[in-house]
Amino acid sequence: MSRLARRLEGRSELGVALLLLVLGAVVLIDAARIGTGFTQRGPVGPKAVPVVVGGLLVLCAVLLAREVLAGRRGEAEGGEDVDRGHRADWRTVLLLVAAFAADIALIEPAGWVISGTVLFWGSTYALGSRHHVRDLAVAVALSLVTFYTFAIGLGINLPAGILQGIL
Amino acid sequence: MDNLNLLLDGFATVVSPGNLLYALIGVLVGTAVGVLPGIGPAMTVALLLPLTYGLSPTGAFIMFAGIYYGGMYGGSTTSILLNTPGESSSVVTAIEGNKMARSGRAAQALATAAIGSFVAGLIGTVLLVVLAPFVVTFALSLGAPAYFALMVLSFVAVTAVLGTSRVRGFASLGIGLAIGLIGLDSVTGQQRLTFGIPLLADGVDVVVLVVGIFAVGEALWVAAHLRRRAAEVVPVGRPWMGRDDWGRSWRPWLRGTALGFPFGALPAGGAEIPTFLSYVTEKRLARRPEEFGHGAIEGVAGPEAANNASAAGSLVPMLSLGLPVNATAAVMLAAFTQYGIQPGPLLFEREPQLVWALIASLFVGNLLLLVLNLPLAPLWAMLLRIPRPSLYAGILFFASMGAYAVNAQSLDLVILLVLGLLGFAMRRYGLPVLPLVIGVILGPRAERQMRLTFQLSDGAVGGLWSEPVAVGVYVLVAGILAWPLARWAMRRRRVAPTAEPVGAGRS
Repeated sequence: MSRLARRLEGRSELGVALLLLVLGAVVLIDAARIGTGFTQRGPVGPKAVPVVVGGLLVLCAVLLAREVLAGRRGEAEGGEDVDRGHRADWRTVLLLVAAFAADIALIEPAGWVISGTVLFWGSTYALGSRHHVRDLAVAVALSLVTFYTFAIGLGINLPAGILQGIL
Repeated sequence: MDNLNLLLDGFATVVSPGNLLYALIGVLVGTAVGVLPGIGPAMTVALLLPLTYGLSPTGAFIMFAGIYYGGMYGGSTTSILLNTPGESSSVVTAIEGNKMARSGRAAQALATAAIGSFVAGLIGTVLLVVLAPFVVTFALSLGAPAYFALMVLSFVAVTAVLGTSRVRGFASLGIGLAIGLIGLDSVTGQQRLTFGIPLLADGVDVVVLVVGIFAVGEALWVAAHLRRRAAEVVPVGRPWMGRDDWGRSWRPWLRGTALGFPFGALPAGGAEIPTFLSYVTEKRLARRPEEFGHGAIEGVAGPEAANNASAAGSLVPMLSLGLPVNATAAVMLAAFTQYGIQPGPLLFEREPQLVWALIASLFVGNLLLLVLNLPLAPLWAMLLRIPRPSLYAGILFFASMGAYAVNAQSLDLVILLVLGLLGFAMRRYGLPVLPLVIGVILGPRAERQMRLTFQLSDGAVGGLWSEPVAVGVYVLVAGILAWPLARWAMRRRRVAPTAEPVGAGRS
């Protein structure tokens, strides 16, 4: 690996520090907005904890940035199906996020059976399965089975959407 | 003896046909999902939450008990049969268990894990019955300052004791506390971090949080680094043990239980430390230590018992104090709050039937596991061959279903995705997820106790340590925080004068 690539790899964790800093700032700004007046009951108002939490986040951001710059990086998590040997596969992650976004967009207008099918099939495609027909059949079956058992059998909130009346 | 009667009532509740069926479903589904690679006990419980939405609280709790023990047990099967390192609590089981499996002793490894889990679960649950009422009596005598101190201890313990990096632990805790702030202030009703979105006024739902962080985050993380070739599964028949295996297993089971239970009950105990200690102990005491590293049955029996005993142990603070000490307990707590039930000392007074039915179903679930898992092992082994695209697509599918079903709001799915991406980033950069979850769950409660403390003391800071218990807890907190400093100082002092050998590492 070239030295440039290694330095970039090390630096990406600074993004985490930045995220913490932004989050801390948001919490502190929001806390400043909270009015304390006649509504306050007791010596400690609604502002105190946000200020402490915001401060903690900013402090962590600074300390983490120092750690990263000193070359102490966080260790990525392992797992049964995780192979840390190869680089992150961003295409898969983006496709999964897209499938999930489609699910969010479709669940209320089109209903769970359709959005769930799209989510499952889209995810198998993203994860590299090439058995498209089989995956589609599984997706439809899974969506229908969950809809009938959960929404109709157990009375759980899952929208029927445009298939209302058909299912 | 009053508690014994309550426990017997609990058994009477569980043994009705309907509830027995819930227990059976819980155990079966819990084990099946827990066996699936990449799904740890916490994710198992989180993903299976929707199953219980339609049930009465009692039915739901009975099913939870089954899911909890089933999920724990499922993880050990995965680590024995799958030729890869798994989640942290079963890593130690995998060391010898997988070696045994590959040398053709998978059946014995699974048997000693199953029976050891049963023994540890049984003893652990008995200890829970004995100890919980004492802890409840003690807890009822505590005031707001002591509660606040205990919560601070939980924060510091999960953050500073576990994991390799304290900064990253505290960063995770901070994010969790910030998420916990979202919504209406419990005292004045003012909006905090809601950004004018009315739906955020209720705060982020804890179920959405745990599903997002544990299920979606994990699925995305694994997806980015999915093995090109799925790991090899060791084939297995029906688990059984010979005379020799029994003789070598029973002592490790008991020792593992003795190590696991207390660690499980401590804040930040978890299963990692006791399973590791059990492994080391067995290795030292074994008659044939040279077998360790080549599939020694003691190295499966001890850690597996420790793992299950710590699962039982973690229920003591969870039920009697309302303090979750590990990820799975945190998810269980989330499930309870879903029913408007707040675990803690008052739970035993207000809902004795519910608590004792839950405890009784732990016994029943434990027995069902033993009876079912020995014959069903080949079936579980088949589950390990499930194609990975379908597996992770299924996780996202059920996560999305469960999160939507909580409030029927598509905004919850947006939050779920954001939390999933956060979980992904945290796994990528080594931020532990447990402090975040504990921060969200305990943060608002800690704030309430803290403000109550100051109301009682009329604003005087001294109110924080106005109880002896609080003082003791703060001393402990200070000790944990100062520990790295002390170790550094000791090492300097020891190294400075002469180069004499340093002790056998830290314990």
